[in-house]
Amino acid sequence: MAHAQDQILTPRTGTTIVPEKMRDGVDLEINGRSYRHTGDEQMPLLWYLRDVLRLTGTKYSGEHGEGGYDLVLVNGKLASATHLPVIELAGKSVTTVEGLAAADGKLHPLQQAFVDEDAIGCGYCTPGWLMASLDLLNRHPQPSDNDIDQLPNLCRCGCQTRVRRAIKRVANGGHA
Amino acid sequence: MSARHEASAQLSRRRFLQVLAGTAGALIIGIPFAEAVDAPVPAALLGDTLYGLGAYVRIDADGSVIIGARDPDTGTGTATALPRIIADEMDADWTRVSVVPLGLGVEDDNGKPRWAYGHQTSGLGDSIPAAWRDLRQAGALARWLLLQAAARRLGVPADRLRCEEGNIIAPDGRRLGFGALAEAAAKIAPPATPVPLKTPDRYTLIGQPAGDVDARAIVTGQALYALDSYAGDALIAVLSHCPWTDGSVESLDTTDTLAVKGVVKVVRLKPEAGVPLGQTVRAPAIAVLAETTWAALQGRAKLKLQWKPGSQSESSAWFEQQAADLVNDKDAAPTTRVRNDGDIDTAGKKAARRIEATYVQPWLAHATSEPMNCVVSVDKDSASLVVPTQAPQQAWQVVQRLTGLGPAQIQIRVPRVGGGYGRRLDHDFVAEAVMLAKQVDKPVKLMWTRDEDLGQDYYRSASVHKFSATLDGKRQVVTWNQRMASASALAQRGVPDNRLWTSEVDAHQLPAGLVPNLRNDWYALPSVMPRGPARGMPHLSNAFAVESFVDEIAHSLKEDPLITRQRLIGAPRSIALGDGRTLDTARLANVLQLVADRLGWKNWLRTVNGFGIACWHIDGAYVAHAVEASLQSDRLNIERVVCAVDVGRVINPLGLEKQIAGATLDALSTALNLSITYKDSQVQQHNWKDYPLANMTQLPDTAEVILVPGDRDPSGASFLAMPTAAPALANAVFRVSAVRVRRLPLMKELLRML
Repeated sequence: MAHAQDQILTPRTGTTIVPEKMRDGVDLEINGRSYRHTGDEQMPLLWYLRDVLRLTGTKYSGEHGEGGYDLVLVNGKLASATHLPVIELAGKSVTTVEGLAAADGKLHPLQQAFVDEDAIGCGYCTPGWLMASLDLLNRHPQPSDNDIDQLPNLCRCGCQTRVRRAIKRVANGGHA
Repeated sequence: MSARHEASAQLSRRRFLQVLAGTAGALIIGIPFAEAVDAPVPAALLGDTLYGLGAYVRIDADGSVIIGARDPDTGTGTATALPRIIADEMDADWTRVSVVPLGLGVEDDNGKPRWAYGHQTSGLGDSIPAAWRDLRQAGALARWLLLQAAARRLGVPADRLRCEEGNIIAPDGRRLGFGALAEAAAKIAPPATPVPLKTPDRYTLIGQPAGDVDARAIVTGQALYALDSYAGDALIAVLSHCPWTDGSVESLDTTDTLAVKGVVKVVRLKPEAGVPLGQTVRAPAIAVLAETTWAALQGRAKLKLQWKPGSQSESSAWFEQQAADLVNDKDAAPTTRVRNDGDIDTAGKKAARRIEATYVQPWLAHATSEPMNCVVSVDKDSASLVVPTQAPQQAWQVVQRLTGLGPAQIQIRVPRVGGGYGRRLDHDFVAEAVMLAKQVDKPVKLMWTRDEDLGQDYYRSASVHKFSATLDGKRQVVTWNQRMASASALAQRGVPDNRLWTSEVDAHQLPAGLVPNLRNDWYALPSVMPRGPARGMPHLSNAFAVESFVDEIAHSLKEDPLITRQRLIGAPRSIALGDGRTLDTARLANVLQLVADRLGWKNWLRTVNGFGIACWHIDGAYVAHAVEASLQSDRLNIERVVCAVDVGRVINPLGLEKQIAGATLDALSTALNLSITYKDSQVQQHNWKDYPLANMTQLPDTAEVILVPGDRDPSGASFLAMPTAAPALANAVFRVSAVRVRRLPLMKELLRML
């Protein structure tokens, strides 16, 4: 065995190692982890997350992202992933719904509030509501009903009243 | 249980234990025992469930319990409610229960499908009623087997043992967990007859609130919908459908499309001749298959595609006019006389008062959040699919027809579904995905884009309702005549002509049974627009019209509309409506009174805001809404909305409250804003901006829900709260604005009339 190992570890004489050419790519951070995207740099973040990274919590909304199912935070600001080319995210930090809970699995207080209020219908629009609500709470830790009214999300199941309660629960320190 | 049932039951247990070799000591319960003792159901009604096999309950040696949810959960809460029915019956510890979606249960019965899990359809309002009939027995059997095993272990007769939260406890206090008993229980032969069910006083989960079982997965983004499945390296297909269902390709140049990096193939699809609507491709389409969704979308954008229009040019405005002409033509013979009580012609002649009104309601789309999609792998021996469907058995029929595979060769998984509303009772998108997968040697993931989803729907027909009522000198309604025109949702679907009305009007709807002379006529209209099942159909349109008209009668009498309704409903009694259906006037009056009291109806006359109220009944369930609305210049505010429902026994009050509040908001959103219009047979709405679901500003901050307790067998509730929200709103709008909205969507009409 020692002999075989020597063969592997010892370069044959006369060979030269040619470093691979530096590949073009976009470096970005998603949920605290570093990624390099080497494919089409015009690919929108939505499809990079879903088709390439298989982070499918961010949902397809519509041609123009209206509906809010596709919302993420980019450097802490709310953004639609539908028309955001990966190239524009170079050096930036993206947070998706998968990045909200702590590493040990403990839910973010907002996630916990959605669970506690059972603010989930079919659940398809829920990640978008979470991201928009998080952005709202970051800007207004004690949001008024009018502030909450400005959320851009749509919900066909009619969970808006429970989402409102979940947001207020967070503002109230986790209490109903 | 016959010998045949017993044999199949034994077979199922052996088979499952084989499958689970290595998972020691698991107890698995299948459906063969699923006959509820206290509610005997004829075998014919249970369908194939008596013979089917399947895992509803598995108890592992560590005490964890896995319960299968058979009906797709489109957000209606069945994945929580159905397993809780089983868990309660077996006295499981809910905190140790995990729920798995069962997917389609199908077995090969000499080449024919045998539905292994019985009922597997969502959205018809019968998931919980069906589960109540048969699923309780699955839990009861598990409990019975565990008790027998415990009796042997403890040396105490089973009838002296009690079950509690996953434990079996002896009179002397000794206790054994389900996990410790599972292996022994699995070796006990099940009884030849169904085992007794719990009495309601011993329910521990039924009637108690429970959050959604998928909540954690959903809020962490881990819940996988069909659209989140990839079947390895599936090709992504996006489509461009012909705007005309009977159109065709005029010209197609795919050069630029195929030049897009990642695009693999362009495929033409078209409807198969002679196949009913909803089971084949809806309209001719060009599919672009690519390695990523992004490449497929770019490829689709670069198609040089010209469609040739279909043979008929129709507009929604023309359709509405046709419908109005029909109901206004006194000589027109109805397509179906749906109900004809007494004699309206004779009784109407001596009327003291006659009231007439006509209501117009628009075309509607389903607008699910998750668009149509389907993941398919198919080869000559097997097909494997992930389908966001409300009816996996119907999806199977489509796959079988297109692949020719045998029943057991087709596997259909149904993960949580992003909204259904009836759209996913149709499987045109499954047909498309299978056709595409057969043309490439890779799995295919089909995704409809939003414009396709809104523009290529099976729509809800517009309708026109014309009413004429007469009252006698004592202000009693003596005759009631409804003439409704619409395009049936059942046309071109193999339904006989004399049944096409059933999707449009309910023969037992209010005020049937309350007015001595009542005639309900339906006029069929043809349309090029494909139609299909829709949430709340046929109640949604009828309740808006009927309950608005009752308000108009009240106004004409200068009477409080609550009192008009109470007079109409009359004394507490049970009225036979025919077809085995009854109207319990006490339950109807009760929900009406509850919402009125909660809203503070005594202020009806004095308040500056407008109060509106409406009630309805569907298949033995009762619902009422009361709305308070205010108007500031042209801004309508829904200040409060209250809904009361009586569905009999409530399985999960938290889930039911969500369904009722959710359907209330959905119905308000629909009534306020939504309509589908078309010109030259082309739908004009393509995205959420054109079909604007209400945002939070437009909707009330809270929706107050009152659940009437009851001990009758549970009724379904998935669309129960849809029908009365809109008329209660319109009636409130009338009070606050003096504008009687007789045409939806409401906001557009209100702004026009103000």
